[in-house]
Amino acid sequence: MTGAVISVHGLRKAYGGSEAVRGIDLEVRAGEIFAFLGPNGAGKTTTVEILEGYRKRSAGEVRVLGVDPERATRDWRARIGVVLQTVEQDELLTVRETLEEYAGYYPAPRGVDRTLGDIGLADQGDQRVGSLSGGQQRRLDVGLALIGDPELLFLDEPTTGFDPSARRGAWALVGGLRDLGKTVFLTTHYMDEAQALADRVAVIAHGEIVATGTPAQLGGRGEAPSLIRFTPPPGAALPPGVEIEDGRAVLRTPEPVPALHALTAWALEDGHALRDLEVARPTLEDIYLQLTEGR
Amino acid sequence: MRLVVHQLRFEFKRFWRDPQSVFFTVALPIVFLVIFAGIFGNDTLESRGDLKVSTYYVPGIVALGVMSAGFVGLAISIVEQRERGILKRLRSTPLPPRAYIAGRAGTAAALSLLVTAALVLVGRLAYGVRVPGAALPGLLVTLVLGTACFASLGFALSGVIRSANAAPAVTNGITLPLQMISGIFFPIDQLPAGLLGIAKVFPVYHLAQGLLDGFDPAGPAGGFGWGHLAVLAAWTVAGLALASRTFRWEPRTS
Repeated sequence: MTGAVISVHGLRKAYGGSEAVRGIDLEVRAGEIFAFLGPNGAGKTTTVEILEGYRKRSAGEVRVLGVDPERATRDWRARIGVVLQTVEQDELLTVRETLEEYAGYYPAPRGVDRTLGDIGLADQGDQRVGSLSGGQQRRLDVGLALIGDPELLFLDEPTTGFDPSARRGAWALVGGLRDLGKTVFLTTHYMDEAQALADRVAVIAHGEIVATGTPAQLGGRGEAPSLIRFTPPPGAALPPGVEIEDGRAVLRTPEPVPALHALTAWALEDGHALRDLEVARPTLEDIYLQLTEGR
Repeated sequence: MRLVVHQLRFEFKRFWRDPQSVFFTVALPIVFLVIFAGIFGNDTLESRGDLKVSTYYVPGIVALGVMSAGFVGLAISIVEQRERGILKRLRSTPLPPRAYIAGRAGTAAALSLLVTAALVLVGRLAYGVRVPGAALPGLLVTLVLGTACFASLGFALSGVIRSANAAPAVTNGITLPLQMISGIFFPIDQLPAGLLGIAKVFPVYHLAQGLLDGFDPAGPAGGFGWGHLAVLAAWTVAGLALASRTFRWEPRTS
């Protein structure tokens, strides 16, 4: 299995006069979990719904499993699984019945019992859907996307509105999809979700992709300078390179060891206490905010 | 075909687990028949050669039952599924749209037949109303066409209803007044000509009167009220044309 499961070139989507998606390129490879990360209103759902075949694009090339989603066939639909951002399943059927109903739509579905196990609802099979918690209903959504044994799953903001423990549970479930050999395209506005789950991340802001890469390297994080911060001693002249930001003295440096050495030497010599001294690399959160704000 | 049967099976499960739909679709028409035949049953109807009014009410309430199952129930449940995102979700599966639509229409037809059978049975046991054997072909054709007519209109209407909350009010707001002026609750002899003139434009009147043609021993040959069938057919075509324009898979509110 090689090659692109999803490839997108120059995708644009305009609603009336405004452009929700402004010329994006994407490539998702077989077997990876790809996170499409961005703030609300950045164009994530528009993009994923074009990939799923719900919306027509205004311009650009799109191939999903080698097919243009605007010309989706039944065979193609059998190869994808979809978890929508919001859907409420019928509360009158049981979990097992709901899975059986969807299984009937596919040519070669997975087993219902196996799927119940995979989504962690083996003990809830005979409960009515209406009696499930929000997190359990979301697991059922994933189960319904999985039941046709698709090659590719789309998950649109799968954990929005979850409490932290339900999110951890959902992450374990999505991570498990990789072990089943599925390719996963995931949208999220949670930084930590992309970091925990994704092999690769694309960040979208205002309809444009502003960064792509592995979570560790995103936005040049691998090469980003370290930050040395402390509370400036009152009245003291600061050494060269140190600036004041929000009342804190800040020094940016690619080489934190010699810089710290010089700084502490200055402090000892002049008798300053370097109160609240800290050394940090920018977090993914910092990068994300930097990338998505001010554009 | 296998998919349509699959769809029917689960639609039925849903239907019987929802007390509200069972009450309004199955129980209420029987209650109406008992009430109206109980109050007016022994009167006679001059315009139908002194036909007993209890005989008049059986086809009338059958028409009401067909509307409840095929029009009101169908439109409400489609709107509800659409607004919850279930239709959108289904659209991403390999289930062909025509199999979904056939499944829904088939459910409505099966429920219509069931309610009809129950009403005919109650009419027979409680009021001695007989179905003339010679009129069976016409009655069945009228029943099937009436179901198709109201189901297509149900699909068409579902597309213009904006929210699940509005669905019961909109559907009943259309059917109740029409039933009042179409001789479902009050025999047509008692209705003013003006109202009856309005009623004759719509399919409710023609389904009730078409079925009455079958139940009336002095009705047309084979139980075929051709004029009524023609109007029902026209409304079916109109319903299908409208439905193909208004029907939508995605929620209107979100």
